[in-house]
Amino acid sequence: MTKNRGVARLLPGKCIGCGERCLQSCPANAIVMDAAGAPVIAQEKCVGCARCVQACPAQALEMEGGAGAVPVKTAAESVCSGDFSAWHDVWVVVEQFEGVAARVSWELLGVGRELADKRHAGLGAVIIGHRVEHLAAEAARYGAQIVYLLDAPVYAHYRTASHCAAVCHLVEKHRPEIVLLGATGQGRDLAGAVATRLATGLTADCTGLDIDERGFLLQTRPAFGGNIMATILCERFRPQMATVRPKVMPLPEPLERPSARVVRDDFAPDEALVAVKVLEVLRAQGEGDGVDIAAADVIVAGGRGLRSGENFALLRELADVLGGVVAASRCAVDAGWIGHDRQVGQTGKNVRPKLYVACGISGAIQHKVGMASSEVIVAINSDPEAPIFQIATYGIVGDLFRIVPLLTQNIRALRGGASS
Amino acid sequence: VPDTTEIKIDPVKNTLIRDGVPSILNPFDGYALEAAARIKDEDPSTRIIVLTMGPPQAEKVLRECLSIAADAAYLVSGRTFGGSDTLATSRVLAAAIARLAEKEELAVVFCGKQTIDGDTAQVGPGIATHLGLQQLTLVDRIESFDAQGRRIRVRRRLEDRQEIVEAPLPVLITVVRELNRPRYPTVPARLAAAKAKLEIWDNQVLCLDTAQVGFKGSPTAVRRIFSPEQKPGEILGDGLRDPEAAVDLLMRRLRERELLQSPFDGSGGQS
Repeated sequence: MTKNRGVARLLPGKCIGCGERCLQSCPANAIVMDAAGAPVIAQEKCVGCARCVQACPAQALEMEGGAGAVPVKTAAESVCSGDFSAWHDVWVVVEQFEGVAARVSWELLGVGRELADKRHAGLGAVIIGHRVEHLAAEAARYGAQIVYLLDAPVYAHYRTASHCAAVCHLVEKHRPEIVLLGATGQGRDLAGAVATRLATGLTADCTGLDIDERGFLLQTRPAFGGNIMATILCERFRPQMATVRPKVMPLPEPLERPSARVVRDDFAPDEALVAVKVLEVLRAQGEGDGVDIAAADVIVAGGRGLRSGENFALLRELADVLGGVVAASRCAVDAGWIGHDRQVGQTGKNVRPKLYVACGISGAIQHKVGMASSEVIVAINSDPEAPIFQIATYGIVGDLFRIVPLLTQNIRALRGGASS
Repeated sequence: VPDTTEIKIDPVKNTLIRDGVPSILNPFDGYALEAAARIKDEDPSTRIIVLTMGPPQAEKVLRECLSIAADAAYLVSGRTFGGSDTLATSRVLAAAIARLAEKEELAVVFCGKQTIDGDTAQVGPGIATHLGLQQLTLVDRIESFDAQGRRIRVRRRLEDRQEIVEAPLPVLITVVRELNRPRYPTVPARLAAAKAKLEIWDNQVLCLDTAQVGFKGSPTAVRRIFSPEQKPGEILGDGLRDPEAAVDLLMRRLRERELLQSPFDGSGGQS
């Protein structure tokens, strides 16, 4: 074979060690991986097919010499010309407990509306439960045009087996193009099972959803622990499934004149075939103090810079004058300074307050993904290089033990002046 | 002859970084291993088998498991499996578990809730679905385990509630950090684990359809990788030399954005 397209070459510093995608794609066994997970290309073996260049997610490879790279269809692209015309509409699987819907489900109807509009498709809501008809009207208010309602005693408690069977039944019957679920405990449990049963792709914890020029769902999520973002596609299978964490998408404005078609489906697995039994449900209490940081409009959060649990008193005073609550980074929680229910970030909660004051928090990416969508972020940190300043609306480089009390005092004075 | 077998999975399934990942036991898998170890404490005939999919370096993690509590360790590794997404990973691990279950009776498959880097929490439910096991995710307490009666009762931890659920064995369980505090290995156990023989399974052993695993068998693919967009903020004054001025500036900005309305007079407006 002539090397009229040149040979592949690695661009220095661009390889991200993605896991041998280039090696996998090479038909000539011309690539071996070095200790750092970067490809070493045997130039004499390279046949110039440019498959590795196509496979590389980081644009770290290029063709060198020859007449320039000729795009080669990758395996995925050749199959994706498959006919998906039978698949249409965007669905949100609504999560509910005892007839109360999880707010994230309505948040997903908001982004679902945008996706459906771009695809000129309908927006459906799937409601599964027992005595949950009233949720159909609520789904309609948040923009659903079709509500698929499965109401039966077997669905009274969420069980993976019954709910998975129900969702798969509906998907196979109506063929939605996109299925969205909240990335909650229950949503993840269900999404993983459904995607496996349907043998389709599922992208967890998306922070952005969009439609590309070919009509495919672009699913963006933090990768590598969040240091960079990855856009993921599911080109060869339908439906395209994604989960989104609570508070990542804004709650849509309720419609004034909602109208949705309700499609009742009497599919219900036999209770005898659902092996898992829910014996008891305990409402969260006792642990923590019942404060839900995810619901707060103002959050004052502390990190390693607080140095001790006692020092959180400073933050509590500021939170009190602001009418907010105290939260923390993982560092402070792991140190035992404050309870885990107050943790913001990847292994804690996602928050989206109007005001987030980060005190002594360096801003590790795991923390940032949990609060970056706050409306206004104030960072107070003594280290001018702290990554938190990259996302802060306003930053003060200084000693939080001076700045925070000053701020509290100032706000208190303002309030005092206003009320007299 | 063992009457029950605990299998614990550690899906080191970083499809994105392979060589860059330190070979450490993912904390959630540590809780999973500890849960299996406690069942074995009660019933010493229990066998704990650990299984992971990953590059050869993952051997270190398996040896750590052996030093803590595991009786046998299997590493599923091979080029064919590289680039697997969560669906393809769960296919491979399910096949490996099915193979183990031919030889030993399977009671519980414990999975960590999620890996610290992949963070998708999808492999556990994927494995359960492939194997037709009941799945009990987010378990924070094992209420009771009855090997003879083949039943398990656990507490699941959801956002706003906990559930006590019961299921017949075998089951797949994913755990959360509140489940337990993992034990540490003893020095003799560490030394023994360093010398223990590990079984490495590649696709010559598992014989999976190569179109179903690895990069080719993964429905999802990374199209683009980019740095998060960062809108530069405003650094206010010099907080180190003149904290008063910096706080004054911040007060002004917060007032401009109407963030300093008292929570008590928000309704009254200009009274």
